[in-house]
Amino acid sequence: MLDRTPYEYVNRNSLVINPAKTCQPIGAMYAALGIHRCLPHSHGSQGCCSYHRMHLSRHFRDPIAASTSSFTEGAAVFGGGSNLKTAIKNIFAIYDPDIIAVHTTCLSETIGDDIPVYINQAQVPEGKAVIHANTPSYVGSHITGFSNMVKGMIKYLSVNSNRPNEKLNIIPGFVNPGDMREIKRMLQTMSVKHIMFPDTSGVLDAPLTGQYNMYPPGGTKIKEIIDAGNSEATLALGSFASGGAADELRKKAKVRSIILPAPIGIRATDEFLMAVSRVSGREISAALEEERGQIIDIMVDLHDQYQGRQVAIFGDPDIVMSLTAFTLELGMIPRYVLTGTPGDAFEREVGQMLNQAGIDARVKAGGDLFTLHQWIKQESVDLLIGTTYGKYIARAEDIPLVRVGFPILDRGVHSYLPIVGYKGAMRLLELISNTLLDRQDRDALDEDLELIM
Amino acid sequence: MAINKADFSLIKERRNSIHSKGKNPLPINCQTDSVAGCVSQRACVYCGARVVLNPITDAVHLVHGPIGCASYTWDIRGSLSSGADLFRHSFSTDLREEDIIFGGEAKLIRCIDELFKLYRPPVMLIYSTCIVGVIGDDLEAVCRNASERHGIPIIPVQSSGFAGNKSDGYRAACEVLLRIIGGSEPYSHKPYHLNYLGDYNLAGEAWIIRNYLEEIGIKVNVSFTGDSRYDTLLTAPTASLNIVQCAGSMGYLAKRMAEIYGIPFLNISFLGLADTKESLRRIAYFYNNPLFNERCEKLIHREMARHAPVVYQFRRHLAGKKAAVFVGGGFKAISLIKQFRELGMEVVMVGTQTGRQEEYETINELVAEGTVVLDDANPSELERFMLEQGADLLVGGVKERPLAYKLGLAFIDHNHERKHPLSGFVGAANFACEVYQTVCSPVWNYVDK
Repeated sequence: MLDRTPYEYVNRNSLVINPAKTCQPIGAMYAALGIHRCLPHSHGSQGCCSYHRMHLSRHFRDPIAASTSSFTEGAAVFGGGSNLKTAIKNIFAIYDPDIIAVHTTCLSETIGDDIPVYINQAQVPEGKAVIHANTPSYVGSHITGFSNMVKGMIKYLSVNSNRPNEKLNIIPGFVNPGDMREIKRMLQTMSVKHIMFPDTSGVLDAPLTGQYNMYPPGGTKIKEIIDAGNSEATLALGSFASGGAADELRKKAKVRSIILPAPIGIRATDEFLMAVSRVSGREISAALEEERGQIIDIMVDLHDQYQGRQVAIFGDPDIVMSLTAFTLELGMIPRYVLTGTPGDAFEREVGQMLNQAGIDARVKAGGDLFTLHQWIKQESVDLLIGTTYGKYIARAEDIPLVRVGFPILDRGVHSYLPIVGYKGAMRLLELISNTLLDRQDRDALDEDLELIM
Repeated sequence: MAINKADFSLIKERRNSIHSKGKNPLPINCQTDSVAGCVSQRACVYCGARVVLNPITDAVHLVHGPIGCASYTWDIRGSLSSGADLFRHSFSTDLREEDIIFGGEAKLIRCIDELFKLYRPPVMLIYSTCIVGVIGDDLEAVCRNASERHGIPIIPVQSSGFAGNKSDGYRAACEVLLRIIGGSEPYSHKPYHLNYLGDYNLAGEAWIIRNYLEEIGIKVNVSFTGDSRYDTLLTAPTASLNIVQCAGSMGYLAKRMAEIYGIPFLNISFLGLADTKESLRRIAYFYNNPLFNERCEKLIHREMARHAPVVYQFRRHLAGKKAAVFVGGGFKAISLIKQFRELGMEVVMVGTQTGRQEEYETINELVAEGTVVLDDANPSELERFMLEQGADLLVGGVKERPLAYKLGLAFIDHNHERKHPLSGFVGAANFACEVYQTVCSPVWNYVDK
């Protein structure tokens, strides 16, 4: 069952089988949800908006509010201008957000809708804002869409008003609210003033109160995004999801941009905290130094359990690059590393990492899970790290799967707990080593079953 | 924090889509396009076509468009298969910018050829997405040529997302099914064979009904489309009766098959004890064979003895509780109202994404005074009416689940993500158990309402 991938390598020119990515608009919708009291708006057919809300609902297990231009044939022929203008009017009248973040779809892009013109013509109540991002589904992936929406926030909102705020901008990338919370906590322990955007903590991990709040208390405030133009520097965590926006802000408001890897694993977290320290002039806190000591202690305690184990990693580029680096720190052997998002930088950077480690591995950007499965068929690994979609390969090849990334559709809690920082490294290490040990216990003969491991 | 009622001033265009029994008259405004800017729970043409056709287990389902439409529909429908599993893969032409500029036909042709070489499927379905209609790819021509090249039916699904709503997608899917079965050999009607339309074999539901019918002496040729294969679909014209569970998606197919093949159809429902009993009796009666009636009564007697006590046992805990229903089609809403009555529960709010006028009329007859009936609702409306009406439970799909939970309401998935079969006698017992487990869960003790 569910094992139709042949061993012999299949040469494909065009066909995608079992994708490891999805389209731009969902990334834009996720980013927009990280603005306080923002309603994301999908300028296209109803299905797009419905699918994105469903997919995000499944991953976060929280309500996802977003509106749609509800394209019909008329709109596809005559343009979506009147749909968008009506939509903006209706949204402010009924749903009363502070800001609407419009993203396009393949349909509205192809018919050539000029969104800025429509927004200018729309009735926007005093004190409210409408921003937009072009997110053609046929370019890049959901990560590109996230990046484009964050750029849109800057283009429309951020201003350098020559009043330095001595803050640090943080663009966290397409990570869970639990990660965003953890990044803020780390900064708080160092008393570093910061603006994080987008910030879905408090939005998509909001507590249950018995009330449905279309706009939960979290999210970056509009005035903070405006003020981001006065910050000391921007730390972009992950070049794919956050780098473009940091550059945009540098161009627009002359805020220094520092592009870092996603702070997953020891060195990437070190690098992040040192950058924070350098720019803010504040020392890395004792609390964080203690956490670092703890994770190193744990790595030493458990190193015989994970070291030398072969691993395949797939998912979104920034996360996968840092996960690859972390597995190398652990002495594991990343044999296959794949992302669905296109981008030469991915193959180059991961390739370099693996080269330096002397590991012969296959690396692919713009790949799909059929390719990953073929690689694994030809030579298997001990562990698979990736999204829920890895479960078919895991089952067919009898490999344990550690679920990390987006989307996770078949397990809960993941969106609340971080993978970033030293705490996140601790959690990843627990997931990895427990998964390997569970497998060992499951497979052990009676005489080999060990109480103490 | 109190709900601010003023926030919910209903938009003018929506007022005629919401009806309170006894307060304002029918007809309700339905089967219309959603208002631009609404947070609609509705989907698109592609979505409708895809959910109907996806359960054909041995078909290649190739989505022609940018990656999203394939990603979001990868194995999300919990249709069980008795063998083939090709339908659980996600195939996409992954159109890129250059394809949008120069056209996607060449890429589509390559993808079809690669898929044929790799899997040798008996049939391929090529789904059109929004963009395909706009860039002008001639799907018909590509499919016709590919069909000739490979010697299998390769059929376009005209499901550009913007070209209507989900119901139009159902219809596009029915057209495809008619094309598939139109390719069958000359047929004669077999006396005791029927087709079961509008069951997608979620959690194995079609199998339960098939077993009931076989016990009576009636053979199911094929279910549309739960656990169907290309070769079983081809047997459809030999049936002497079509029974239709989900009329919203398959009513059109039943009507067309009556016209083309002279196969009469019965609208039936296997949701709830009463509807299941009545439906089995009507089917048995149709064949005018005393033996069938006898076997049918025996089956009903046995199954009721087994499952009705389970339903009544849960009813003791549930009587007096209030349910809200928001589902895709009107047909399911009607069955659910009756089924909740079996559990001693009143439905206080009922809505659908794409219900039809006559279904809303039936709903209106069934529900009590003051029940709110609404078409194409948004989350704010759902919230408002569930709270105002004092619902304890919501029945809905994936987007409604977290909304209900946030309000501290119990929830049942009566859509793709159902975990237990909800059809037939056993399904009624499962449903009662699921309702009990969620409504009476200790987890609600921790929620301040």
